[in-house]
Amino acid sequence: MFEPVLLKNMDVPNGHLLATYEAGGGYQALAKALREHTPDEIIDLVKQSNLRGRGGAGFPTGTKWSFVPKQSRKPKYLCCNADEGEPGTFKDRIIMERDPHQLIEGMAISAYAIGAETAYVYIRGEYGLAIRRLEQAIAEALARGYLGKRILGSDFNFVVHIHCGAGAYICGEETAMLDSLEGKRAQPRLKPPFPAVEGLYASPTVINNVETLACVPHIVTRGPGWFRGIGPFKSPGPKLYCLSGQVRKPGLYELPMGIPLRELVENHAGGPPPGRKIKAVIPGGASAPLILERGLDVGMDFDSLAAAGSMLGSAGVIVIDDSTCMVKVATRIIEFFHHESCGKCTPCREGLNWVVKVLRRVEAGQGVPGDLEQLEALCKGIFGNTFCALGDGAAMGLKAALAHFEHEFVAHIEERRCPFH
Amino acid sequence: MREQIEVAAARYPDQRSAIMPALLIAQKEHGHLPGPVLEEVADILGVERIWVYELATFYTLFHTAPVGAFHLQLCDNVSCMLRGSEDLLAHLEAVLGIKKGGTTPDGLFTLSTVECLGACEMAPVMQVGDDYHGDLDIARIDALLERWREAAGQATAADLAAAALPGE
Repeated sequence: MFEPVLLKNMDVPNGHLLATYEAGGGYQALAKALREHTPDEIIDLVKQSNLRGRGGAGFPTGTKWSFVPKQSRKPKYLCCNADEGEPGTFKDRIIMERDPHQLIEGMAISAYAIGAETAYVYIRGEYGLAIRRLEQAIAEALARGYLGKRILGSDFNFVVHIHCGAGAYICGEETAMLDSLEGKRAQPRLKPPFPAVEGLYASPTVINNVETLACVPHIVTRGPGWFRGIGPFKSPGPKLYCLSGQVRKPGLYELPMGIPLRELVENHAGGPPPGRKIKAVIPGGASAPLILERGLDVGMDFDSLAAAGSMLGSAGVIVIDDSTCMVKVATRIIEFFHHESCGKCTPCREGLNWVVKVLRRVEAGQGVPGDLEQLEALCKGIFGNTFCALGDGAAMGLKAALAHFEHEFVAHIEERRCPFH
Repeated sequence: MREQIEVAAARYPDQRSAIMPALLIAQKEHGHLPGPVLEEVADILGVERIWVYELATFYTLFHTAPVGAFHLQLCDNVSCMLRGSEDLLAHLEAVLGIKKGGTTPDGLFTLSTVECLGACEMAPVMQVGDDYHGDLDIARIDALLERWREAAGQATAADLAAAALPGE
């Protein structure tokens, strides 16, 4: 039986309060880090743990931290990416609502490692309860000396500010987030320079996801070997999986990285509703190409899913059963990406607009011969031709739907109606 | 409003960064963000007015036009769609007598669909004010509407503008 770590306080009454967090050993990792380790040693611990970013890209966290130039005279910043917008994803919201101190402790240790004295949590403006809980937790931590000046008697100073987003999916893209934090419309920047060198206010900046930061105290307390021992060596650790869609028990599950998708969907989430069969599963949020029922034995980790032609992404697992029209699912997902395109790059802005028009007419039974080839051509025109991965995610998802469910698209065009209605 | 905005601005080394928090504060106070409010925000922060306008029109949580006292924001992204959000939208349109994007003539309800609210474990879900209402079905929606109508009968217009009625 896997012992939950990240979610251990989820069902504890008042788990969001400092007293509860402290009673469970909270802030001991911060004390240990400040007392026993130099910042470089913390970076090494995280490198040795093989922790990879939980926001979606899976970049090695310790390596990202090591890119921050140590000699820079500019202030360094830590940004927590809490702009959880990938459809099917809700893990970060639940951490912040129910165990916000876990995040704050992780941020304090991470800031100590990279030499930052200021952090911003960029959180979705919709997340009212999470915002209130995080504000309360920051105030508690400040009052208790876990934040502020000379933390726990060390010479480390650190403050955390909350910055509320205002409804733009693109802010989850780290450079768009930086522009948004600087008070601009959120549009991605060209890299290089990478944020570690030139990020917020052109200063060295590390941007980490909520779940990534929440792993850090546990790595300090239990050691990198413990973390690396859970799941695949190159992609290890406890992992939060968000189960939604047509399953009997949707919810947030903490299990080892690399667990088979089938076990997650069928055993933990209870499988599809009675009398239905699984048709496809989107394993990592709407950007991730879907996986067919016969592919469900794939391991839920960065490398296994990449090898299977999909991605772990944000681990937003969306289950689709056999009563559902895949043309409709594909249309709704592409409408989302079209709505959220920031408008900076022409292939994404105009291409997705065109894709939506074609998909809507196919779905409505008004598609014409050549529409599927048109969609393929549009995907090709978008993929790889934009500043950020928004357009790529849309194109990859649609290409997978076209490849696996071509017969459903063809049926819509030939029968001039949706066969599911 | 000025005082709250100045407190928020102190968190940043650059006043421009404070435009988003300032707009959220201003919207809470005014219900929406008409031109004069945007200009006031620009003047308080001492930033270019165009910078304020461009944020107010880029981000979907900012409303430059008035919205109803209860802004029903129903998620219609894929996880909610798979659990019946379309039927809920049709029901809301029917009982409120408006189409999505519309506001009831009494100014009580605005009906919108929104992209993923990040609460798919309780899909289908709807946000109203600061609160999420999940595991929705038609009966639950009807009960919520009744509760809000009752609350509206007892509250003053100013209370409603704040729309801070607790959800769960």
